[in-house]
Amino acid sequence: MNAQPIHFKPSEGFRDRAKAVVDNPFLRQSFRGAMDFLMSKRAGQFPDVEELESLRTLGEQIRQYNLGKLPELLVRLEENLTRNGIQVHWAETPDEANEIILGICKRVDAKLMVKGKSMVSEEIELNHAAEAAGIGALESDMGEYIVQLAGEKPSHIIMPAIHKTKEEIAKLFHEKVPGVEYTDNVDALIQIGRKVLREKFLEADIGLSGVNFAIAETGTLCLVENEGNGRMCTTTPPIHVAITGIEKIVEQLSHVPPLLSLLTRSATGQNISTYFNMISSPRKPGEKDGPEEVHLVLLDNGRSQAYADEQLRKTLQCIRCGACMNHCPVYTRIGGHAYGTTYPGPIGKIISPHMLGLEATATMATASSLCGACGEVCPVKIPIPELLMRLREESFSAPHPNPAMRGQGAGYNGLVSFVWRAWATVYRSPMLYGLATWAGSRFSWLMPSSQGPWTTVRTPLKPAPKRLRDMLKERG
Amino acid sequence: MSSVQPATPHPTDIYFFATCVVDQFFPGAGMDAITLLERLGIRVHFPEEQTCCGQPAYTSGFPDEARKVAAHQLTLFPNDWPVVVPSGSCAGMMKHHYPTLFAADPARRAQAEALSARIYELTDFLVNLLDWQPQDTGGECTVVLHTSCSARREMGVHLTGRKLLGGLGKVTVAQQDHESECCGFGGTFSIKQPEISGAMVEDKVKALKATGAERVVSADCGCLMNILGHAAWKDAQEGRAQPSLPGEHIASFLLRRTAR
Repeated sequence: MNAQPIHFKPSEGFRDRAKAVVDNPFLRQSFRGAMDFLMSKRAGQFPDVEELESLRTLGEQIRQYNLGKLPELLVRLEENLTRNGIQVHWAETPDEANEIILGICKRVDAKLMVKGKSMVSEEIELNHAAEAAGIGALESDMGEYIVQLAGEKPSHIIMPAIHKTKEEIAKLFHEKVPGVEYTDNVDALIQIGRKVLREKFLEADIGLSGVNFAIAETGTLCLVENEGNGRMCTTTPPIHVAITGIEKIVEQLSHVPPLLSLLTRSATGQNISTYFNMISSPRKPGEKDGPEEVHLVLLDNGRSQAYADEQLRKTLQCIRCGACMNHCPVYTRIGGHAYGTTYPGPIGKIISPHMLGLEATATMATASSLCGACGEVCPVKIPIPELLMRLREESFSAPHPNPAMRGQGAGYNGLVSFVWRAWATVYRSPMLYGLATWAGSRFSWLMPSSQGPWTTVRTPLKPAPKRLRDMLKERG
Repeated sequence: MSSVQPATPHPTDIYFFATCVVDQFFPGAGMDAITLLERLGIRVHFPEEQTCCGQPAYTSGFPDEARKVAAHQLTLFPNDWPVVVPSGSCAGMMKHHYPTLFAADPARRAQAEALSARIYELTDFLVNLLDWQPQDTGGECTVVLHTSCSARREMGVHLTGRKLLGGLGKVTVAQQDHESECCGFGGTFSIKQPEISGAMVEDKVKALKATGAERVVSADCGCLMNILGHAAWKDAQEGRAQPSLPGEHIASFLLRRTAR
């Protein structure tokens, strides 16, 4: 089976998937409650607005500085990792990344891979590829484990199973984990999961993890986590394979603390995560634990396209905290699965087009009121609304040679473009504007009572019988 | 440095940029804003050739069309007077996006930047330039204020409307749940993603109504069009003859409350 990263165009059927959630009062309430909780947790971490703003500015500057030197830093990272004994692999596409990882598995005849939480592994659909190659891939992050048991994808980048209630999880464990009685006691459920996973850590041939920050000057991989499963994945099995996007790099160790602080406080409202792992080499002679081999797979998958454009590059500043999702009124209404992309929510809307092409994501940029809540909370100040407008332009403009993005013009519609040109012709001319609005006000009774999507939940729009300019003239 | 700041010169003349939504759909709000400004001793100039700030095209991904319309507005304000806009959203477009829109056109860019510095959202102008202390002349009343996302996040003027209402002695300003959340209008978003937009406005109207306020006021007619449109639709669905959530532009409310 081919490890096709995405099996369908996410923008196709997006409205239907969104509607299904919007029309489900239980899900609506559940997402609202979860997002309210996460928003209040974050707010509790930032009581001092000035401190928050200066930290966000610092975070933005660190990310921009590092992205500005990305090619050079990647070379330095590779040199220093290699010197530390960590093997570096480069993958341009998800298929290449899967091939590299499965190649390592096959070399040692691996039967089981335990995985720490990694969105990049979701991006390349590693679990499917491993399964197709006859290698077991087991998620060890509790949320990811639940989602895997259910045969689903994560609905949130930090809280993969946020769409599930404890009753649903209880039922799932009872049905899917052998010998488990139904219980909806959360502590008991966690203990069940831990027990299953504990044995698998010892059994696994490969431990897979993501990377939150890769430090170029020291050749260190940093991993942020809360459950300890990341540490187990990266130390217990004989081989540790880390995978990350090429943008997750920082030049200096000193760049990490501010980003880490922004990450955990923005994501889960924690001062600091329970675990913070810094991986700088495989097991050294005389050491009692740690993997014998450590690998890093650096994935491009469209990131270099974003990198090449000054404005689009800001997309790569992301440190994957998920705060944009938690604060997004659209995500709150429809949840993560409706998006159909690995990365949902505001960040998903701006990063997915680089991974999948605008053909697959054309209409998704329209699923925003541009309210700006995402940009307001982004810890590294990604101007998400501005980027959404840019993506709309890239998508709806007529196809042209040398576009900045794959799939530019995918949403082009000659009629729509003509309407906007006509609109501009009228609205740039006081005479035509005057005529059109005069007619609108005099013949407002001609306005249809059904005005398409607007009137599905609203009364029809009717111009007032007199325009402001008419009223001013009458007043004299 | 002296702690005494020179008083901001009280403007005597302003330009009023009504916005196309006010001109066509909420002319009463425009008249009330003008009347209010005049009552405060301001000469209000309404350039007849004004049309639209260009935002609908800009946010929909058609910057070239937005630029053409915006270029026309750049020519309308020759004197160095403040330009007062009764909408945080359109003011935000003119103040923050015009300079970007003309980034590649040095002459127009300079014009856009000069204009940008003179753009004021109405409530911001009333509070921060005129230092207006409204004198309430009405009876007891509870209202709820909806602030647009542009006013809040782009213009940073979410406190001025509240301050004006807070200065009205007999007016109680109710606090709605999820106050800072978008009402779901978002221009063409409401047409392109009607399911999500519909869910957002439904929740917004519920939250506003739950306060028990007699009416909603807002400094943005785009939001009002959406919020009042949904409230009226719901009233019709449920067979109510009287509006369950009447609403108006904050200028209309302020004018009436401070009538002598």
